[in-house]
Amino acid sequence: MDQFLQHALNAMILGGTYALLGIGLTLIFGIMRVVNFTHGELYAFGAYMMYMWVMLIGANFMVSIVLAIALGVALGAVIEIVLLRRLRGADIDTTMLVMIGAWIAMQNIEQLAWSGVAKSINSPFPSAPLVMGAISVSWTRLFVFAVAVVLIAATNVLIQRTRLGKAMRATFQDREAAALMGVRIDTVHTATFALGSGLAAAAGALLGPVFVVYPTIGDLASLKAFAIVILGGLGSIPGATIGGFILAFMEELGAGYISSGYRDAMGFLLIILILLFKPTGLFARKERIG
Amino acid sequence: MHTSSVKIAFAVLGASLLAGPAFAQETIKIGVTQPLTGAFAASGNYVAQGARIAEDEINAAGGVLGKKIQLVIEDSKSNPTEAVGTVEKLIVRDKVPAIMGAWSSTLTLAIMPKIQEYKVPLVVETSSSGKITTSGNSYVFRISPTSEMEAVAFKPLVAKLGIKKADFLNTNNDFGIGSAAEYSKMLKANGVAIGVMETMDPKATDFSAQLTRIKASGGDTLFVTTAVEQVTLILKQAKELQLNTRIITTGGSNSPDQLVTQAGDAANGSFHTVFFPPWFPDVVTNPEPAKRYMTEWAKRGHEPGGLTEGFRGYDGIFTIAEAIKIAGKAEPAAITEALWKTKVKGVYGNIEFIKQGPAGSESGQNIPSVYLVKIDGGKVVKSGL
Repeated sequence: MDQFLQHALNAMILGGTYALLGIGLTLIFGIMRVVNFTHGELYAFGAYMMYMWVMLIGANFMVSIVLAIALGVALGAVIEIVLLRRLRGADIDTTMLVMIGAWIAMQNIEQLAWSGVAKSINSPFPSAPLVMGAISVSWTRLFVFAVAVVLIAATNVLIQRTRLGKAMRATFQDREAAALMGVRIDTVHTATFALGSGLAAAAGALLGPVFVVYPTIGDLASLKAFAIVILGGLGSIPGATIGGFILAFMEELGAGYISSGYRDAMGFLLIILILLFKPTGLFARKERIG
Repeated sequence: MHTSSVKIAFAVLGASLLAGPAFAQETIKIGVTQPLTGAFAASGNYVAQGARIAEDEINAAGGVLGKKIQLVIEDSKSNPTEAVGTVEKLIVRDKVPAIMGAWSSTLTLAIMPKIQEYKVPLVVETSSSGKITTSGNSYVFRISPTSEMEAVAFKPLVAKLGIKKADFLNTNNDFGIGSAAEYSKMLKANGVAIGVMETMDPKATDFSAQLTRIKASGGDTLFVTTAVEQVTLILKQAKELQLNTRIITTGGSNSPDQLVTQAGDAANGSFHTVFFPPWFPDVVTNPEPAKRYMTEWAKRGHEPGGLTEGFRGYDGIFTIAEAIKIAGKAEPAAITEALWKTKVKGVYGNIEFIKQGPAGSESGQNIPSVYLVKIDGGKVVKSGL
């Protein structure tokens, strides 16, 4: 029983960050129809910015998180304006190739800038874990979970309650009709990509101090994010949130009770099963085509 | 205007291409394939830096057979397919007569068929999977220890440390699986109970599920086999989950200095097998080359945490250079023959090759020293091996 509780707690904490990663990607795909291969690199970028602010410059930990996210938002906006804006109307394959190129270029720039040696980021939380009976969890991870929940909630508010969110939803439903109604598609696209990138950078900034930072950390983050988005249904925020938690529970319990060698396989097995019965994912919304 | 500058550019390019082979005749090329980017980038770069130190040292002393040696270092991107490509390029385009590589066991196993196909000798500087020297590839010469040698060297410590029940956590590749198999075999033979044997993806960063299971298993010692990045995370996460067993990391790519800086408190009390202990250069078989290597490493401003990895490249290049000297010519067949007679006083110890694998197509295997160190109070200390 203790073991189960510990697994469940681990999965809960992991699920929060998975959800954060998934939401950013699903937003970008849903609204822009762009398969964003740079998502993982934005995650790595967030982590490296955290390293820079906390370890090299010596800024306050909380301030550093805000700065890392802000820089992620800015980088996302730059990528959208420089690369994606020119590709508007290009077919999805062309865009995909450009994004793959951007992904490889960004990863190599990280390698050049920071070298291949892993960096660690000090966290201000006590290194002794919080102990509850036989189960325990580190304070840093609890903090990460709390911030992830806040960010997910804030994103939901932004999409559902603000004017920009309304414009985003309109663009998602029918880009042409939204443009005819006076929605500035360019602004919506830049804002969407910047927001999605900011969420990825936030995940990186939060998890950097939990793990260590090296140039290829983005690859795994990217892979998980894609899995979550497909699981939850392309373009669905609740789908990505719940998908994140499902994937985390599946991996954790699969590794804990079946075999750790197949930890990643468990998650993908579940995705195959769900797609067999619901080919659009769990929560895909209907959209108007043409 | 534009066309003429393009023409000039082509002319310069053409001239330099023509000039290439002329320069090449002055040097003896040695191929190196290492993971300079990707998951193993840190270690691959250390090995390449060590190899460069050996290159400069050999050339400063007059080179080999009156010629300077020249390393051609290719990046395998930590990917087996790419690794095969680097070997093809080194042999076909650069025409190197010998190659050093490929760090990870998986990468080395991937390039071995190519080595055999082109009959070019390969000096293996890091990989520890047993299969490398037992699969009947007579062009393979390994200077690093196998997992089995490491496990045998560890044997006297089982009683000393009082190990009763051991659990395993290893990376899910040739290196990790091979090491866990050899260690568990040795431990079982010495009356130690084996608890759970957990694996992880080489890229994974979260091991909470595995560590929770290991905690439930209740062993007194956990053997961990993977590279330093994952070791760092495992030490930190074990502490978070209050896993209070003794942690021993195997395989020698665990860079204790890096663990001290990055895992902090969580590294205290852990043990690590290494094949070169730069903290106590006097205990090694050949302190002289060890000190030369360490001085140069520091002079070049390389990361001190990389010392336990860089020496592999340093020794590998010296081994190939010595074999070329004995062969009297820089040709693959002669160098392969000469490697059997090569003796090098290296950082790994006295390097020479014994035969391993099926009769008639044996591979060469060196028997290096193995050391076990401990991290205590944020410092690397001797532990008694």
